[in-house]
Amino acid sequence: MTAKPLLQVRDVTKLYAAGKGCANVSFDLYPGEVLGIVGESGSGKSTLLSCLSARLAPDQGSIHYVNAEGEQLDLYGLSESRQRLLQRTEWGIVHQHARDGLRMGVSGGANIGERLMATGERHYGDLRATAERWMADVELDIDRIDDKPTTYSGGMQQRLQIARNLVTHPRLVFMDEPAGGLDVSVQARLLDLLRRLVTELGLAVVIVTHDLAVARLLAQRLIVMRRGQVVETGLTDQVLDDPQHAYTQLLVSSVLTP
Amino acid sequence: MSADNIRAGYNFAYLDEQTKRMIRRALLKAVAIPGYQVPFGGREMPMPYGWGTGGMQVTAAIIGADDCLKVIDQGADDTTNAVSIRAFFRDLTGVATTERTEEASLIQTRHRIPEKALKEDQILVYQVPIPEPLRFIEPSEVETRKMHELEDYGVMHIKLYEDIAQFGHIATSYAYPVRVNGRYVMDPSPIPKFDNPKMHQSPALQLFGAGREKRIYAIPPYTDVRSLDFEDHPFEVQRWEASCAICGSRDSFLDEVIMDDKGGHEFICSDTDYCRTRMAEQGEIA
Repeated sequence: MTAKPLLQVRDVTKLYAAGKGCANVSFDLYPGEVLGIVGESGSGKSTLLSCLSARLAPDQGSIHYVNAEGEQLDLYGLSESRQRLLQRTEWGIVHQHARDGLRMGVSGGANIGERLMATGERHYGDLRATAERWMADVELDIDRIDDKPTTYSGGMQQRLQIARNLVTHPRLVFMDEPAGGLDVSVQARLLDLLRRLVTELGLAVVIVTHDLAVARLLAQRLIVMRRGQVVETGLTDQVLDDPQHAYTQLLVSSVLTP
Repeated sequence: MSADNIRAGYNFAYLDEQTKRMIRRALLKAVAIPGYQVPFGGREMPMPYGWGTGGMQVTAAIIGADDCLKVIDQGADDTTNAVSIRAFFRDLTGVATTERTEEASLIQTRHRIPEKALKEDQILVYQVPIPEPLRFIEPSEVETRKMHELEDYGVMHIKLYEDIAQFGHIATSYAYPVRVNGRYVMDPSPIPKFDNPKMHQSPALQLFGAGREKRIYAIPPYTDVRSLDFEDHPFEVQRWEASCAICGSRDSFLDEVIMDDKGGHEFICSDTDYCRTRMAEQGEIA
């Protein structure tokens, strides 16, 4: 692991109204690190994620990203075409609702191949082989490669979305509630899969979730947000086992244990 | 411009002079940026959208008293759309009209490029129903314009990928997307892909008018026009096992014609002028 942070976030603020959005968020993300952002609904988690992934310009603050060539880039100083290039090569964005991240009108194979085609891959046979490999990697049945995602179950759509993002071997993946809305057994499989892929590919991940179990399983470090403010940060085990802030204590104690 | 032989009460070529100037400005911009869709203040024409109002406005803006006009619809000079547009301009400009490709200085077309190679002093005007090649992948106009701006064209290959995945080959046979001058991806209007190679490095100026969507775009003479494809599935044009039942041509675009109610059918040239010229050369028509 290099000592240089992949993502440097300083005082990022994006407020829609007082207390709505996120304010003064700062952190560093290192290569291969999984950072969880937890908090209740409306605490600004998704807003922050949009800012980080160059989809929503913050009102204040700066975000610097170190690309594969080692250049330090000011995210919002980049042209829109460079931002998009980052988004489809070095980054992945996994949406909460697979429908937002997939092209529902075209087959699963085409969904996986889209990023490759966008970055200049023009060999059908290679695209096809890559799609099949990724279908297998995310435990999708290869026979479904030519079926549209509309015919997939929710869990399959989510796995397809993950494959579609990882196909360009990104260095940094943003995930917004990747297991939200799935039933518990499907969730568990998906999380297992994610954990395996993250370790195998050495991905850095920023994962937004309100589910502390997901955070515990995947994240090494946690940021706890409430009303747009960061109230607590630290190692996951430390935050969850010994919460300091009253809100974190509430959050941890409200987890149901069967 | 001469006002002789024009129906009383109308301006030359129907549109008023200011409108023509506005369209010409859009045309100049379109020629300057090959393949880029220029918005223009499309007017209502005395016919429904979808019948060639865009092409007619372009023709009206550039036609001069000395022009010789040819109008084709699916390659034919004698189909309803071609006959009525030709009559319209004869009525409102008094220009000469022709059915012969080589005599025409201005050709308005729906869905074909003439078989006979065009020359430097000719202009081809296309009628375009949907100018946006990205439309079927991305319904938002805001987003497609952004994609053009950023050359974000990966999605264009998705359609071709889907074709191969479903049919084993690129089954798109008309409105086949092209890249113009190495920059803009363009919908060549619903011409068969058979005609795509004719656009590449054509000596003639090619203008495209979409009336309902109010867009004009152009390919200047001698411009590179490449059809999109995959390395292992290269672009190919249609081929027929049959030859034209009238002139015997083996290298023109053929239409299938139903002959009876027992499944009988023949293939004939879609370009009527080309077919007639070949017959004349063979001495069968005077």
